[in-house]
Amino acid sequence: MRKLNAEKAGNQPWIILIFIFLSLLIVFPLLYVISVSMTSDADIARYGYRLIPKEASFLAYDYIFQTPKALLQSYLITIIVTTAGTVLALLLTSSIAYVMTRKDYRYSRLMTFFVFFTLLFNAGLVPSYIVATNVLHIQDTLWALILPYGVSAWFTMLMKGFMDGLPFEIIESAKIDGASEWGIFARIVLPLSKPALATIGLFYALAYWNDWWLAMLYIQDEKLIPLQYYLQRIMTNIEFLTKNMQAGISVDMSSIPTESARMAIAILAAGPMLFAFPFFQKYLIKGLTVGSIKG
Amino acid sequence: MRIGTALRNEGKHFWRGKSLFLLSLPAIIIVFVFYYLPMYGIVIAFKDINYAKGIWGSEWTGLDNFKFFFQSQDAMRITRNTLLLNGIFIAVGIFCSVVIGLLMAELGRKWVRIFQTVLFFPYFLSWVVIGFVTYILLNPSYGVINKALEWMNVAPVDWYSIPGYWPVILTLTYLWKNVGYTAIIFFTGLIAIDTTYYEAASIDGASRFQQIRKISIPLIVPLITLLVILNVGRIFYSDFGLFYFIPRDAGMLYSTTDVVDTYVFRSLRVTGDLGMASAASLYQAIVGLVLVFSTNLIVRKFNKENALF
Repeated sequence: MRKLNAEKAGNQPWIILIFIFLSLLIVFPLLYVISVSMTSDADIARYGYRLIPKEASFLAYDYIFQTPKALLQSYLITIIVTTAGTVLALLLTSSIAYVMTRKDYRYSRLMTFFVFFTLLFNAGLVPSYIVATNVLHIQDTLWALILPYGVSAWFTMLMKGFMDGLPFEIIESAKIDGASEWGIFARIVLPLSKPALATIGLFYALAYWNDWWLAMLYIQDEKLIPLQYYLQRIMTNIEFLTKNMQAGISVDMSSIPTESARMAIAILAAGPMLFAFPFFQKYLIKGLTVGSIKG
Repeated sequence: MRIGTALRNEGKHFWRGKSLFLLSLPAIIIVFVFYYLPMYGIVIAFKDINYAKGIWGSEWTGLDNFKFFFQSQDAMRITRNTLLLNGIFIAVGIFCSVVIGLLMAELGRKWVRIFQTVLFFPYFLSWVVIGFVTYILLNPSYGVINKALEWMNVAPVDWYSIPGYWPVILTLTYLWKNVGYTAIIFFTGLIAIDTTYYEAASIDGASRFQQIRKISIPLIVPLITLLVILNVGRIFYSDFGLFYFIPRDAGMLYSTTDVVDTYVFRSLRVTGDLGMASAASLYQAIVGLVLVFSTNLIVRKFNKENALF
């Protein structure tokens, strides 16, 4: 097999060329975003968006860092939501997934169906929106950004798939030794499930970090706007950008580098992902494998 | 009293398992509140909602909301767009990912790691960020594509006002974000195949291409079917971000970019037409449910193993 692999790697330069081409298709548009963020608006107006700026200008970044309050605020919201959300979602998901795997528990199948059914049918946007705003009244609170993603049926099934593989004998012997159900869950099942917790936790974290949907539906209060929604508002509404940048200082509106500033903010928002990604990737691919095999 | 004893027995069982129940209770509450409680709100579709009177107090209108919805041109347009575009995404997406997955399996380890990282990366970006990226490419006056057209002496195109281009643009954007991710699913399926098959085949003198056709592809068919079922079952639901942020909610493009999800969102949050929104929303939920069951049924007919339930 080693020979076969070596042969494959050496003998197929055309495959490598195809992948280089595909990679360029991915990388180029991203490089453009970086480059535009470093181009002055005057140059954009003259030459359009270019891969390499005629003249590098950090004006956009200067502007953003002069009054970074709004951006920092949305960063903070996103970090809080991602951290709290991921921890909460993992606790909820792993606890119900564990109970589902307990074959000796009378209602484990019922619970599995209860969660699985939400994958098949959901009431849709309008009733969900009404429940959140008129029954729970969570609009304009951090709860609106956290709770709706708390239990994902799909991740719960993945977690159950993993926990099904844990040997039941361990749980049984712990029971004989007099451990409580909560003790078994916290001290035996959770530590044994670390790999699954890591992968599924990353998926939850990704969902929370990238979320704009819940904010778009439920957040009006400018103090609670998360990063992605902040970006979206900037994209569709230049006023939102200029207003937030001007706060505190008086500048000529027309002198604000709107085009490059938008891209600069996009980079500041996507940046952390770029650094975290290589580290995440290994776990996520592992999770994908588990997911695709268990279905 | 038989019912009495049965209840008492049930109660006893329940009491014995109470700590497990308590353990899962928080999750049960969340699922109930966010998934089951809204189901009651389905009645909104059959009512003329008056905010002052509340949901209960509002008048019943029978099927009026649905009548209005289906008589409007919107129903036809969003149904067609949703099915057509998502259908294209599934077909093109799975085809491209299988091809890329097969090619990945031909690479050496070191190369796989590099390319996999690059191709997987866009999956991590939110649709908002990707909206910025496509804007750089498509901006009518400064955009990269129009500058390239200009350079080739072709007249620039106002992308955000011509609906005809959008099925292609949306498909390419969908691929850009997702193809790496799905390709990796197929790739991991492929490397899990027992290597002795390939060794035996190469001893028998099968070429690499023959091996792919006779061994690799048949063995990942279950995985392909699984992804097709999952996707077809949800074909009536769209990736909202793609359809909202990439065309930038441009009204001129609705004829080819408006799908059920964007329509429901607009009716609810922009035009405030609760009747239309809830009728369309229920229509989506019911068609969605029917599609999940029927795809599953069809797959069961062909191959029981591959069915979901």
